[in-house]
Amino acid sequence: MNSFVDLLISLPELFLVLTAMGMMVAGVYTSAGKAYTLISNAAVLSLFGAIGLVLFAKTGTTLAFNDLFINDGFAQYIKIILLLAAALVILIGDRAVRKIKIAHFEYPILIIFATIGMMLMVSANDLMSLYVGLELQSLALYVVAALNRDSLRSSEAGLKYFVLGALSSGMLLYGCSLIYGYAGTTSFTGLETAVAGASNISLGLLTGLVFLIVGLAFKVAAVPFHMWTPDVYEGAPTPVTAFFAAAPKVASMALFVRITMGPFQGMADQWQQIIIVLSILSMVLAALAAISQTNIKRLMAYSSIGHAGYALIGLGAGTKQGTTAILIYLAIYIVMVIGTFACILCMKRKGNSVEQINDLAGLGKSHPAIAAALLLFMFSMAGIPPLAGFFGKLYIFLAAIEAELYSLAVIGVLSSVVGSFYYLRIVKVMYFDNLSDELDSVTGKRISVIISLCALTILLFFLSPSLLVDSASTAASVLFEK
Amino acid sequence: MSNLYLLSLTIFTPLAGVLFILLTYALREDQEAAANSARWIALWASLATFVVSLFLWLDFDATKAGFQFIEKVEWISSLGIHYYVGIDGISLFFVLLSTFLTPICVLASWATIRNHVREYMIAFLALETFMIGVFCALDMVLFYIFFEAVLIPMFIIIGVWGGPRRVYASFKLFLYTLLGSVLMLLAMLAIYITAGTTSIPELMTYEFDRGLQIWLWLAFFASFAVKIPMWPVHTWLPDAHVEAPTAGSVILAGVLLKMGGYGFLRFSLPMFPLASDIFAPVVFLLSIIAVIYTSLVALAQEDMKKLIAYSSVAHMGFVTVGIFVANQQGVTGAIIQMLSHGIVSAALFLCVGVVYDRRHSRVIADYGGLVHRMPKYAAVFMIFMLASIGLPGTSGFVGELLVLLGAFKSNTWIAALIATGLILGAAYMLYLYRRIIFGLLKKDELLSIADLNKRELLVFTPLVLVVLWMGIYPTSFLEPMEISITKLLADYDYALASYEAAIPNNNMAFR
Repeated sequence: MNSFVDLLISLPELFLVLTAMGMMVAGVYTSAGKAYTLISNAAVLSLFGAIGLVLFAKTGTTLAFNDLFINDGFAQYIKIILLLAAALVILIGDRAVRKIKIAHFEYPILIIFATIGMMLMVSANDLMSLYVGLELQSLALYVVAALNRDSLRSSEAGLKYFVLGALSSGMLLYGCSLIYGYAGTTSFTGLETAVAGASNISLGLLTGLVFLIVGLAFKVAAVPFHMWTPDVYEGAPTPVTAFFAAAPKVASMALFVRITMGPFQGMADQWQQIIIVLSILSMVLAALAAISQTNIKRLMAYSSIGHAGYALIGLGAGTKQGTTAILIYLAIYIVMVIGTFACILCMKRKGNSVEQINDLAGLGKSHPAIAAALLLFMFSMAGIPPLAGFFGKLYIFLAAIEAELYSLAVIGVLSSVVGSFYYLRIVKVMYFDNLSDELDSVTGKRISVIISLCALTILLFFLSPSLLVDSASTAASVLFEK
Repeated sequence: MSNLYLLSLTIFTPLAGVLFILLTYALREDQEAAANSARWIALWASLATFVVSLFLWLDFDATKAGFQFIEKVEWISSLGIHYYVGIDGISLFFVLLSTFLTPICVLASWATIRNHVREYMIAFLALETFMIGVFCALDMVLFYIFFEAVLIPMFIIIGVWGGPRRVYASFKLFLYTLLGSVLMLLAMLAIYITAGTTSIPELMTYEFDRGLQIWLWLAFFASFAVKIPMWPVHTWLPDAHVEAPTAGSVILAGVLLKMGGYGFLRFSLPMFPLASDIFAPVVFLLSIIAVIYTSLVALAQEDMKKLIAYSSVAHMGFVTVGIFVANQQGVTGAIIQMLSHGIVSAALFLCVGVVYDRRHSRVIADYGGLVHRMPKYAAVFMIFMLASIGLPGTSGFVGELLVLLGAFKSNTWIAALIATGLILGAAYMLYLYRRIIFGLLKKDELLSIADLNKRELLVFTPLVLVVLWMGIYPTSFLEPMEISITKLLADYDYALASYEAAIPNNNMAFR
């Protein structure tokens, strides 16, 4: 009886696991030509089905599987973002995946497995389940990064991601073992009492926490653990890059929040310093390094590092307001990133995709609709009102000021000014420069619909920010009511 | 009440025009027809906005000091942020200035903008909404959103339809302004956390701690000093003006610069009176440098637009002095000076645009003797040139006289030093006028140059009328703003007096 309740609590994950395995079988028995179309459609449907299951699941905090698994408002909020991101990435990547001949039916299935891993991460209530979720995610991602077997760059990206990912997982695991050794438990609930009860924090526990944070910083690509990002983003096939920039970032950030605000809340003074340094370095380095990039995927890599830095400000604040700000920021970030990558996927010349920033020259004249959408995404990423990105930054800086992190906030806004330079550069290339060789006209209804939806969300967000803000603050408050 | 939504109507009528222009994309007309419909839609939308804003003036109650036409709708409930708009005597005329100049800009761009006409008109109409919004917003966050949003259309207007160095100029404008503004954003967040509200009228009565006021004042100053612009952060202005298309310069000089002055009046003086008092000498020093230095720089310019741009910085020096002497004459003069400069410098840029369209050069040396071929143009140019100098009977005189009166009341030296700006102003404007209009018509390219056409006359007539109206009968402008200014200054003096009364010892030691 008890185990049945456990299954019910993890229903969305189980549903995805079962459908993914079903799809795998179906894929094998379908002829090679049709398999990808069938499976990718089924994958999108099952992801939306999982969103429905998350939405209609029982609200309130519930534990399952001997407290290894937690389902609460926070996890649900993040899961909806993750599932939506995965579904959209499969949809926008459809044509590109066929074009570069990686349209294997395994691709959508791997995306689903990675998504399941991420869902486990955000639902982890124990260091063990955390690690299992993280590895499930990572393994699936290593494979999709190298999916384009015939491309040297893609294989290199996959290998690089694997080596560095394994290194970071190792550090994380080492941190976990230290924590277990000094706290005597791996359960988050147990750790919370251990940390809160201790009169002074033992050095071993602290070292373990530092390793844990380093491992997570690798995953969110915070400076100085960001080195893999530009290469992997550039090398991986573009639809896969879109997924990298969107979902794993959100999941790792959520895990970051879950760990620091949960079991290690009592050590806030210790980890806050680390987070603040990571945040400052990420914002400043990303803003400066992105200026000289010529490849738009590398540029997006630095942009994602910068955004991780801003999100970390909210974490550095260590308050409910800060957590709310992160959740708002992540949701808006996902929409901007998917919209931008959808535009990048439209960049083709004579059938081949191009990815230099200069290839965008004259886009305002040749493709006014795409250019207008990309303009909105860029201004939004730069945080210019009234676009959605501004509200994300507003809440982040509000949290920082409230936590009296004045110098962090000042460094944040100054680097956002520097950062706006490279976003403006894309607008400049599209609108101010003269037409280079014209890009192909956009093909595919799905991608146009998704771009328009993302652009409208970004543009009209200001009409009712409360829609997102209220659900984010409900989700954040779960972590603080104890 | 019949005028319940009048202000929102003023703010959002231009956006309705944007929607109509967007609809023309669906019609699939050929380029020329589409461009023409965009022009007409933009003209009608901006004229409609102007008419609506005139009702604001008509219905405005000049006997009330508080805000009028207030609309307050809950917006972001979790932070208590409202869509909260309203105007008082100070903001009324800035709204009118924006609505007045936009149709003129549309008309001025009628024939000169030939590519991307629809996008151009969309940018201008969006710009108008944001500008009006800045002057109407009574919620800090709303103000900031409008204040910053202005950058997007302005960046595009300069970058797409500008001159050869447009990329440099547009980036400089954007980054300079953004740099100032983000610090203001942090200050606004700090205000929200301290005072617990974002409502501007409520914050005007909130007493901030003196130490906090200093930081907040500096952060706001960073934004407004760049916007207005004050020396030494004025260098984006000449570049932006030179590269912007004519109508872009008109809006830039006419309205965008005024956002800085308006910000000082709306935030710095009423919210941080102690800090304003402390920093006033710094502002005076920077303003005096601006007036004298940029006037001298203007004297040496070879480019007409650059000359007018530098003269703008000098004129804004008067404005900042007028605001921070904080007496009735000074503040009134500053506002009138801003309005007058909004009309006059806009008109001067239009004058440059007229000859630029014909000769495609902004270099002063390429002209000379235009009076022989363009008598109407010479007359119009003369009126605005004299108004810029501040000749009695024109709008420029009223503003400068009041600012000088205010400055004299506060400190003779300040008044004496900025008064040199009048002399230098006369020097560079007359020198400019002589080189362009008078002399012999020697250059071959100018022999067949045509005088103002009907459209251009239509553009200039309202500007001339307003300049003379403000100069001859300024009461119709002074009256509505009087009580609002009196209240602003009464609160300001009260705040200073109560602070001094509270800690007399400290004050003695300071002296």
